[in-house]
Amino acid sequence: MGYFELIIACIFVNNILLAQFLGNCPFLGTSKKMETAMGMSMAVIFVMVLAGAITWIVYTYILVRYDLVYLRTIAFIVVIASLVQFVEMFLKKSIPALYAGLGIFLPLITTNCAVMGACVLNVDKEYTFVQALVASFAYAVGFGLALVLFAGVRERILLARVPKPLQDTSIGLVTAGIIALAFYTFKGMV
Amino acid sequence: MPKTITQEFTKGLWEELPPFRLVLGLCPVLGVTTTMENGIGMGLATTFVLLGSNFFVSIFRNIIPAKVRIACFIIIIASFVIVVELLMQAYAYKLFLKLGVFIPLIVVNCIVLGRAEAFASKNKIPHSVADALGIGIGFTLSLGALGALREILGKGTVTVWETWMFNLSSIFPSFQPFDFMVQAPGAFVALGLMLCVLNVIGD
Repeated sequence: MGYFELIIACIFVNNILLAQFLGNCPFLGTSKKMETAMGMSMAVIFVMVLAGAITWIVYTYILVRYDLVYLRTIAFIVVIASLVQFVEMFLKKSIPALYAGLGIFLPLITTNCAVMGACVLNVDKEYTFVQALVASFAYAVGFGLALVLFAGVRERILLARVPKPLQDTSIGLVTAGIIALAFYTFKGMV
Repeated sequence: MPKTITQEFTKGLWEELPPFRLVLGLCPVLGVTTTMENGIGMGLATTFVLLGSNFFVSIFRNIIPAKVRIACFIIIIASFVIVVELLMQAYAYKLFLKLGVFIPLIVVNCIVLGRAEAFASKNKIPHSVADALGIGIGFTLSLGALGALREILGKGTVTVWETWMFNLSSIFPSFQPFDFMVQAPGAFVALGLMLCVLNVIGD
């Protein structure tokens, strides 16, 4: 599969939020305002590419080589958690403007299953290093795209009169379903 | 007033029923509930991890330093996730393949970490186990119900462990299954509407 198809597949066809259902907690949690949605998207793109690269290296050169594949889950979560911590400290010291921009979203990413999920999918599908890097980036862009689209719709819903039992999360999920329908039309394209 | 063990158990079945009352851990809820079987399987796997992590977090609650507690909780949870992965590969390989990426992802399920942080790290062992059982069974039932709803509307049938099959068209011959419900968008809509129904009942 060429890189172009891979990118299209990861952004639209297998959108990590709306087709694979990974990372739904931040999807519902940070989509009430456009500003927070943008912050979260940026943080996810940043961390997901780094995590994708590092977990691929750890998996191929440590876990597979020494026959420790069964430790994958624990190895990946430790790598991601320490990576997030490290990125946080690094940004705080060297790029304070970006650190302030990402703010609270950076630590929250440790428990974002989209990041862990993308890493697991990369090694499950046996991508090469460059493919894994491209796929991680494309997954993250897909995450950001879906999140920003959803935040835009959700800001409008705030002004609408929603029946009481449907308010908040409930109407949010139904809206997400309709946006997922839009992404669903890409199915079978690649 | 401290609650009794029974109260800790029953609160997971209604008051704090995940994922409807506690809107956490939605990824597996949406991802695996295409059939009732998958939903229940996922629920049981999560219950097992929840029990193990709550039990051990509660044992070590006075030893784990507060500053690194989240990291310690995640290591405990990840160990139990690996146990579940290996057990399912040995005894329920078909189900393991169907649930796919969602089994390793129990490690980042907010419900499990949430119970460890909010409950087990502050309560005695029997209470923590009761809490884990209640929340786990509530989660399993919710996933089963959502899976059954989606399966029956989307495919017109409900299969239980490949042996017993209920077919809706035997009762309503004119029923046409709508594929939408078992596809990705249907998951969001079904969960949203179920949440709405529970809100109505709750009020």
